Amino acid sequence: MTDTLTPPPLKAPSTVIGPLDWIRKNLFPDWRQGLLTIVVLWLLVRTVPPLIDWLFLDAAWAGDRDDCVAASGACWAFVNARWGQFIYGFYPVEHRWRVDLSMLTLVASIAVLFLPRVAHKGWIITGSFVALPVICFALLHGGPIGLEIVPTDRWGGFMLTLVVAVAGMLGALPIGILLALGRRSQMPAIRIFCVTFIELFRAVPLITVLFMASVMLPLFMPQGFSMDKLLRALIGVALFNGALMAEVVRGGLQAIPKGQFEAATASGMGYWKMMIFVVLPQALRTVIPGLVNTYVAIIKDTTLVLIIGLFDLLGIVQAGIASSDWLAPSVTTSGYVFAGFGFWALCFSLSRYSMYLEGKLNTGRQR
Amino acid sequence: MKIYPILTTAAALAVAAGGAVSAQTLEEVRERGHLNCGVSPGVTGFSNPDDEGNWSGFDVEVCRAVAAAVLEDADAVRYTPLSNTERFTALQSGEIDMLSRTTTRTLNRDTALGLNFAPVMFYDGQGFMVRQDMGVSSVLELDGATVCTSAGSTTELNLADYFEANGMSYEPVRFDRADEVLAAYDAGRCDVYTSDRSGLAARRLVMTNPAEHVMLPETISKEPLAPAVRHGDDQWFDIVTWTVYALIEAEEYGVTQGNVDEMANSENPNIARMLGAEGSPVGEWIGLDNKWVHRAIAAVGNYGEIFERHVGPNTPLEIERGMNALHTNGGLQYAMPFK
Repeated sequence: MTDTLTPPPLKAPSTVIGPLDWIRKNLFPDWRQGLLTIVVLWLLVRTVPPLIDWLFLDAAWAGDRDDCVAASGACWAFVNARWGQFIYGFYPVEHRWRVDLSMLTLVASIAVLFLPRVAHKGWIITGSFVALPVICFALLHGGPIGLEIVPTDRWGGFMLTLVVAVAGMLGALPIGILLALGRRSQMPAIRIFCVTFIELFRAVPLITVLFMASVMLPLFMPQGFSMDKLLRALIGVALFNGALMAEVVRGGLQAIPKGQFEAATASGMGYWKMMIFVVLPQALRTVIPGLVNTYVAIIKDTTLVLIIGLFDLLGIVQAGIASSDWLAPSVTTSGYVFAGFGFWALCFSLSRYSMYLEGKLNTGRQR
Repeated sequence: MKIYPILTTAAALAVAAGGAVSAQTLEEVRERGHLNCGVSPGVTGFSNPDDEGNWSGFDVEVCRAVAAAVLEDADAVRYTPLSNTERFTALQSGEIDMLSRTTTRTLNRDTALGLNFAPVMFYDGQGFMVRQDMGVSSVLELDGATVCTSAGSTTELNLADYFEANGMSYEPVRFDRADEVLAAYDAGRCDVYTSDRSGLAARRLVMTNPAEHVMLPETISKEPLAPAVRHGDDQWFDIVTWTVYALIEAEEYGVTQGNVDEMANSENPNIARMLGAEGSPVGEWIGLDNKWVHRAIAAVGNYGEIFERHVGPNTPLEIERGMNALHTNGGLQYAMPFK
């Protein structure tokens, strides 16, 4: 009896040796690929150095308008001088800590989702998202907890973008879920209401909804009763995105096999119990990409509040560009580059976050 | 986008017809402790947030002057930045007490939209900009030129009318948005750029080489920009109207922000009366105290000072007084007597 010692299988020997060989294999495998490589390299050489020159080397980092006119690159002095305004809008300087604290609260309630398994995690998450708007409003607006009131016309910049986006997101999801359930309801009155609502709001542009909220609504209200302009816009954004969200959620509901409903009913659950504990958790998990898509769209749509005279990040940058202290061609471009970067950072981190969530929640359903 | 002006007009008409807005603006403002003033969300030189986040500009000074006159504090103003579409509704619905927002006074707005216009603060009009090396010194030499303009605007109509009236031909290059028009002109796609003069002055500075461009002297349309209040409160209308007159009158009499305290004791009875000297009736007549003009001028200066500070030749905008000079200097600014 002889043991045959089978040697461990070896990997095929690498045919790529050294960087030169790597370049040949990957960049110039045949003449077409080689040509493409050369074209791309040429484009990079033509665009990247001037871009770096403009963004960094030739930029005016400090000073005033004259420095920016003199410099051939970007005008970061403008962003520098208006940094506080871009972030906080017209929020009084001595109260800006309240905005910082609200942003921290927001980050904290997002971080809760990263918690490892702890007892009552579901309630902690739900609680933190219910508490978030209340705490943030109390902090930002002041009033009941003894803070000085900062009226909403002082809000602006990045902070207002966040307020509109977060209010839109937090408002749209529950509205969307209720509308989606209503649309599948057996009760005709509720079904017709939900279908009408969804189709009405889906069929008009957000700009029209905002316009109605800011221009028409005050005319219908009784004399002397004026509703805050920002609040009107927030309600408009939430209702509009709720209608979009409803269809995303309905997609998830339709993906749930009938057996799940029957099994839940068979184990004695009522409608709400069945939905909350069996159907919705599965449905929402399925549609995370769709939800995030809507969320990213909400963030980008926040710039539309410009047309009703609210200064979000883009609005306040535009107002700065038009100010006579900073009239120069490079200021315009730099301002827009800065605003673009701000939005990109926000949307990109949101989509990374959603990928993390998807990975975490979908374990066991990976395909 | 064309639908919005129609909607606004319809909305404003609806309110104008209702017309039940309170006639107690002065009382309301005093009770509230601040003036609600509608301004533009960023028009160079006219209303803009400065680096510290305070509103400043030519239009903003009118709000400050009224606040100084009525509330004894020029900073007691809450500014509501308004878009083109919502400015009139905001005034109609009582959201703001006055509108000081580069708004042209027209028959339609004065009557059907239910507004009352205070005296004109800035006489604007459509002007032309060309490249210096064209060697042109008048619009009348522009026969056959290509002209960049925004599509479907009054600018385009004025242009067509003016060239036709003078028997000249031109080739329009139309764009939808103002910044596209500017970019096209800057890139050399047309010889001439036309827009409101104050706007031309501001946009010249964001061109690649501002020194290359000159404005032609002709103004071919009337754009009188005036503050407005709503119908139905004559006392408030008087206050805003006469605050504007006070700024103009002060310039005529040489009363400035710096010398207003000395001038209050002036030998000239007109100045002394206006600034509320002993026994002057100016306060009683308008329903304020005697020192209201004094405070307004101490807060913002006279008309000339406001002009110099925000849009005049020493600002980046470099707008000449022109039509906005006092009548004594051949301009149109003429205040009614404080008698």
